[in-house]
Amino acid sequence: MAAAITRRVLPGFGLSLGFTLAYLSLIVLVPLAAVFVKTATLSFSEFWAIVSTPRVVATYRLSFGASLLAAAINVVFGVLLAWSLVRYSFPGKKLIDALVDLPFALPTAVAGISLTALYAKNGWLGQYLEPLGIKVAFTPLGVLVALVFIGLPFVVRTVQPVLEDLDVEFEEAAASLGATRWQTVYRVVIPTLLPAILTGFALAFARAVGEYGSVIFIAGNLPMVSEITPLIIITKLEQYDYVGATAVAAVMLVASFILLLLINALQAWTRRSARRIT
Amino acid sequence: MSIKNTLSWLGFLLSFTFLLAVAALAQTAILNVSYDVARELYKDVNPAFVAYAKDKLGENVVVNQSHGGSSRQALSVIGGLEADVITMNQSPDIDILVERGGLVDKDWRKKYPHDATPYTTTTVFLVRKGNPKQIKDWSDLVRPGLQVIVPNPKTSGNGRYTYLAAWGYALINEGNEDAARTFVTRLFANVPVLDGGGRGATTTFTQRDVGDALITFENEAISIQKELGADKFDVVYPSLSIDGSAPVAVVDKNVDKKGTRKIAEAYLQFLFSTDGQRIIARHNFRPRDPSVLAEYAERFPAIKTFSVDEKLGGWAEANKKHFADGAIYDQIVVKK
Repeated sequence: MAAAITRRVLPGFGLSLGFTLAYLSLIVLVPLAAVFVKTATLSFSEFWAIVSTPRVVATYRLSFGASLLAAAINVVFGVLLAWSLVRYSFPGKKLIDALVDLPFALPTAVAGISLTALYAKNGWLGQYLEPLGIKVAFTPLGVLVALVFIGLPFVVRTVQPVLEDLDVEFEEAAASLGATRWQTVYRVVIPTLLPAILTGFALAFARAVGEYGSVIFIAGNLPMVSEITPLIIITKLEQYDYVGATAVAAVMLVASFILLLLINALQAWTRRSARRIT
Repeated sequence: MSIKNTLSWLGFLLSFTFLLAVAALAQTAILNVSYDVARELYKDVNPAFVAYAKDKLGENVVVNQSHGGSSRQALSVIGGLEADVITMNQSPDIDILVERGGLVDKDWRKKYPHDATPYTTTTVFLVRKGNPKQIKDWSDLVRPGLQVIVPNPKTSGNGRYTYLAAWGYALINEGNEDAARTFVTRLFANVPVLDGGGRGATTTFTQRDVGDALITFENEAISIQKELGADKFDVVYPSLSIDGSAPVAVVDKNVDKKGTRKIAEAYLQFLFSTDGQRIIARHNFRPRDPSVLAEYAERFPAIKTFSVDEKLGGWAEANKKHFADGAIYDQIVVKK
């Protein structure tokens, strides 16, 4: 042990790791452990009965499905936005750059209320969409819109710095070596950005799964149709059913953790293959 | 700003806070933890009570108020929010304080008149001006194609009252539970949005223009009409509705610890006084005092009501039968 420490170049390994672990336990692990401890008061069959009722299962589908889709949409448009912000200069660029962060700062309830006002059938956008048969407010589509809104900054802000570091010379070199524009994008730009894109995807997804404030206003909250899992948890809490609420929360936690772990593994794999290319 | 400047500001702030704290010590502060839409009511009650306490009891009192969804408020009190009194819109939210931690004495209903409920309200309909869909009674709300806005019975006391009012209406008129079940199933099939609370439902109906009728408390319906214009909405009184009595209680454990029992009890007593009842009536809740009710008679048309206790076996029973997980409400909305 002592030998291992003396071999390190930087001092303070033991102290900083100890602090990291203590801090992480206090802030993250202890509250999460409480969820599992509370859930553990249930027998497995009771637990299963709570988390597998059709109404709860319908919320998993919506919560995870809409979150994955919203994160995917944000990847496409977030990368595009980051690209425009980094590679081109145009009037009002600083302003747009600042606008990107707004979903971070806005209280989620405000976002939910304004989106609902916008997309309701008498709203600015809703009045044109409704005659076309597109209903956004109070439908699952509304949930998606809210999740896209709150997730956007995560992708832009993770991709932007990496793109800034990616020298234009790489693209020029690729072009001078005879690569077509498309080849430059998918052989040079995308592989370099992929780890950052995946991080952005994971962050946007994680935020979307846990989102409550904004979704609740626009969802309509109809059982089997537009209820999200966090609403089920809140509902159970308001009925003083702590154990039922933590059971559903435990399912969400485990599912989210597995998904995030998968995304991280994918990211590590792409980083390795990106290094192989460059 | 220089460091010296900052420090002097800090010193100023600290001494200011200290002064405030000293000022606060000279008076008794009580905290009223209450439900969402009672905010405006208690904003008027509190100054009246402060004046009353100074005059009649010779005490300097400050009344703080906290509002939110009523079950969530009860949870906060269980969690340690030091409420002196709680004023709710359904008795289970006070009973839970008896069950968990014994915060409230189990005989709280006997401590004030009318089972410790200073006022009642009832569930009525709000429709668009001129009542274009001719909605006159509960039976009109279940017509196919109609849209009815109701707050979520799972998260809102208001929604629970609506559900039970519809259930009771069908039960009393048709005489059996199967008919009542079919009736509420058809009613909730007409609900396009389930907002978390009464105010959310109001917004959906009035601002988002969704739905043909909003079912909500009478006080909420009257104040919507007043605030948003009588030219936009009409209030419809059904032939039969539910009696929504709002219970109040002193949080015994907290007042004994803080030594505020005398003031807390006087506060609740004040709600039953003529002055208190008048403030209540002005906020469109039906006062208990018959003479005050008579003064404001034109606000409160006579309506036949039934109570949860007399027709549905009390709140504990109704909650278990209808709103618990997997109970009737869950069954009818999932089948849809």
